[in-house]
Amino acid sequence: MESAGAQDGVMTAREAGLIACTRCTRVWPEGQARCARCGTPLVSRDPRSLQRVWAWLAVGVICYIPANLYPMLKTRTLFQSSDDTIIEGAIELASHGAVGIALVILIASVLIPIGKFLAIGFLAVSLGSDSRMSPGARHKLYELVEFIGRWSMIDVFVVAILSSLVQLSVVANINPGPAAITFAMSVIFTMLAAQSFDPRMIWDAEKRSAL
Amino acid sequence: MTIAEDLPPGETGELIACPQCDALYHAEMPAAGERAVCHRCHTVLISPRRGAYARVIAMAVAVVILMVGATFFPFLQIRVAGLTNASSVFDAALAFVDGPMVALSAAVAALIVLIPVARAVMVIYVLGPLALDRRPFPRAVDVFRWSEELRPWSMAEIFVIGVAVALVKVSDLARVEYGPAFWMFAALVLVTVFQDGFMCRWTIWKALERKTES
Repeated sequence: MESAGAQDGVMTAREAGLIACTRCTRVWPEGQARCARCGTPLVSRDPRSLQRVWAWLAVGVICYIPANLYPMLKTRTLFQSSDDTIIEGAIELASHGAVGIALVILIASVLIPIGKFLAIGFLAVSLGSDSRMSPGARHKLYELVEFIGRWSMIDVFVVAILSSLVQLSVVANINPGPAAITFAMSVIFTMLAAQSFDPRMIWDAEKRSAL
Repeated sequence: MTIAEDLPPGETGELIACPQCDALYHAEMPAAGERAVCHRCHTVLISPRRGAYARVIAMAVAVVILMVGATFFPFLQIRVAGLTNASSVFDAALAFVDGPMVALSAAVAALIVLIPVARAVMVIYVLGPLALDRRPFPRAVDVFRWSEELRPWSMAEIFVIGVAVALVKVSDLARVEYGPAFWMFAALVLVTVFQDGFMCRWTIWKALERKTES
């Protein structure tokens, strides 16, 4: 244990026989159940955290499927009416010349969610086996997922704004489609999956393989 | 801040563990304006700022005032073929209220209005006594923990980007005018971002611990 700790010059709280509070960074002797400073329950490493990650991720992916099949936005004007899914909405924007905004929507609603599913899955799988990606790089990936996941909510807010603003009796009407709720649920569940992941385990795996 | 190699037995008070990778350090207060960063994963551990309490409180008060205005004043207004419709942030949150999507309305209201305001109020409650060097209010520790747990769920800044996208979508359908609440909400987002940047969590936890004991 000592030699592993010396390898990158870092000793972890667990190696020191301590248990760290992930909320306020205070350390306590092993065996203490709750941080006496901030009240957060203490877990050195939570073996069940991966189960939670997979569970949230699974519901997140499941909710994402109807979110792409059903319409997100129902537009009715005097001359036409259309029910657009997320991708159709982006294509429509691009066809009106707003390519930049179409890209924002595609990135926030398609690229980021799918990238997040893959990234969380990869991080969880990489804990069990030797990964070619260094812990530093995997930790960066985790931080990116944590930071960027919330931004997928953009499309839900766009739908909310449009449906409250565009209510002009027969001339023009925009209403939310069923995809709005499944998409929001997918974003929320994947955020919970990312939050359940314990990044400290990324670094533990490295020590095990270094021994 | 130095890496903890040999431990003084029984003393854990001045040790600090990186919440992201569990690396253990002897906590040392960095000079004002400097930050203590985890050597291994580069998470910021301590970032003290001079006069931070007063500034953070001032910004939190601003957030509450701006949010009350931004929620109920007209936010955007559209005009097409002689018809107009104005919408407030509150209306946007209630957009899903008809039919089976009520839950989404509640979630949107929470994410863009209730949680940001609740966090600002909680920060005032926790930091007010600390700024005056008084004993913290009852349960300040719990309140600060809740405020931190809610942080990822406060999405006002994302809503603002959503507004920008919505404006482009509507602009070929109708003429759009900005209401006073639009500018209030934009200011609110800036203030929130600065407020989060000014808060050193470690300093606050430590102050809460010290003042609650004494």
